Amino acid sequence: MVQKYVFLSCFFLLMHCTSKEDERYAPTPYRLKIPTLFSDKLIPPIIPADNPLTIEGVALGKKLFFDPILSGDETQSCASCHNPQKSFTDQQPFSTGIEGNLGSRNAMPLFNLAWNFDERFAWDGKEFGLERQALEPVSNPIELHSNWQNIGEKLENNAIYKDLFLNAFGSSKIDSTLITKAIAQFERTLISGNAKFDKYVRGETTLTIEEQNGFDVFMDESKGDCFHCHGSNNNPLWTDNKFHNNGLDTHFSDLGLGAVTGDPNDNGKFKTPSIRNLNFTAPYMHDGRFATLEEVINHYSEGLKKSLTIDPLMKQVNEGGVQLSPQEKTNLKAFLRSLSDSEFVQNPDFKK
Amino acid sequence: MKNNIAFLCFLMLLFSSCSPKEEDISVVVNFTHHWNGKVLSNQDLNQLKFTTENGENISVEKLRYLISDLSLTDFKNYHLINFHENTGTSLSISGLAENRYHLTFRFGFSDQDNTDGIYKDLNSVSFGVPTMLGGGYHYMQFDGKYRNDNNDALGFNYHAIRAVDNTDPDNLKFEDTSFEVDLGSVLITNNAKIEIKMNLAEWFKNPNTWNLNELNTVLMPNFQAQKIMRDNGKTVFSLGIVN
Repeated sequence: MVQKYVFLSCFFLLMHCTSKEDERYAPTPYRLKIPTLFSDKLIPPIIPADNPLTIEGVALGKKLFFDPILSGDETQSCASCHNPQKSFTDQQPFSTGIEGNLGSRNAMPLFNLAWNFDERFAWDGKEFGLERQALEPVSNPIELHSNWQNIGEKLENNAIYKDLFLNAFGSSKIDSTLITKAIAQFERTLISGNAKFDKYVRGETTLTIEEQNGFDVFMDESKGDCFHCHGSNNNPLWTDNKFHNNGLDTHFSDLGLGAVTGDPNDNGKFKTPSIRNLNFTAPYMHDGRFATLEEVINHYSEGLKKSLTIDPLMKQVNEGGVQLSPQEKTNLKAFLRSLSDSEFVQNPDFKK
Repeated sequence: MKNNIAFLCFLMLLFSSCSPKEEDISVVVNFTHHWNGKVLSNQDLNQLKFTTENGENISVEKLRYLISDLSLTDFKNYHLINFHENTGTSLSISGLAENRYHLTFRFGFSDQDNTDGIYKDLNSVSFGVPTMLGGGYHYMQFDGKYRNDNNDALGFNYHAIRAVDNTDPDNLKFEDTSFEVDLGSVLITNNAKIEIKMNLAEWFKNPNTWNLNELNTVLMPNFQAQKIMRDNGKTVFSLGIVN
């Protein structure tokens, strides 16, 4: 009988001997604020099963995103090149790293990333998954040039971060896996879906004649024919998230997707950027070669350059492009501007 | 008498419990792609090595198309096949009864099913048709390059949609250019594999010889071109190996 009581006591004692980490780890599920247009028109966003969104995880990711502690000399953060007020770009052709080195690609804007269904990120698609994407810039010598092990140790020695990681992931052991998970959680909350054109599709406003005519140019296969790659009123992402050679060069100094796949048929292909928020994301293209929207439109109208891998959707290549009239160009630009979402760049949830 | 009843009971037991579950078998439908008898794979993409009936050398860069109302299932269905990305080329169907089936499907959507914007999976992969052409969805996007009469490699966009006459933009006139494909009778047994073949050469061949120098891009608003695509499409599909 005594033995029985001893056994039971031990059992209950053991049951209560859960670690402090287990006690603290009760993150609250984060409910993504999905615009109605997205839920009405698109399949659900991609949230990895091993990194569900939690309020604690998103808050931690946001703090990390804006914290220069992630750089080698603690002078730059993710936000240095991905400024929320510039739709998470830096409005430079190339970004400058902590040692003053220039990168070779334009900083991509960050929004609606959870709807990148193929999960290939960066201009050349080299990163699979947002978590993996977040790994690279931190250790890249021409970007944040830091060391993941050092960062883990620094954060473990920081009482605030130790607490935040414990709350978000139930672990006081901090490493690159948990750091990038938190950053990816924050990045998945960056949703832009309330531009003037969204309001128009929802029936809340009307377009000007210029904007409406510009949308027609965009959707007309015999004019802009932009919709095959850049979405439509039924695809509010305004990108196909695929890779195309859009006729920028005859010869490639940057192979783009081709350098990643090793397939020469992919040379000169870069990811289709979303045309949302163009008011905030100049300069344009993977190398920031076009300073203005006019230059972008002129490129497709009369500036196309022929190469072996140019996309078949690029029309009238021998004439340089689709030859839009000045009025059509003005209209197209007006429509493109209607896709800029001021609410997104002013959203306090996305600022430091 | 007792023996007879026992024998009948035995028979009933045998047929009720020992026969295979005939109402729950699975099959796989494989969509394969060919150029006049040669099987195509992703290795064949991007090479100007196929010759159309009209004599133009062409390459295949992107090919995706939609079928609907596959007769093996009794509910409304549609399926997007993406050859160049190798997705959707194999379709698993379960819950079938072992039987002989009349295998049919529709290339594209019938007008009734071709409602603008309602299919989220198709919106998400940008397969829609502009509202100015009546909306709805593409039936096929077949992109590549062809050598023109000047030996210049240029792009073509063989995009099939519901034919629309947009001479008067305020009064669009449509013609349903989706079509039924009848592959005949097929015996379906458990774990059967059914091959549906698409011969890409037929799009340019039969009954209308397609001249890529004349019809290459901006074919979506081309009412006549869409009707030619429909006519040529009717010999594109055939039944392959069933085992």
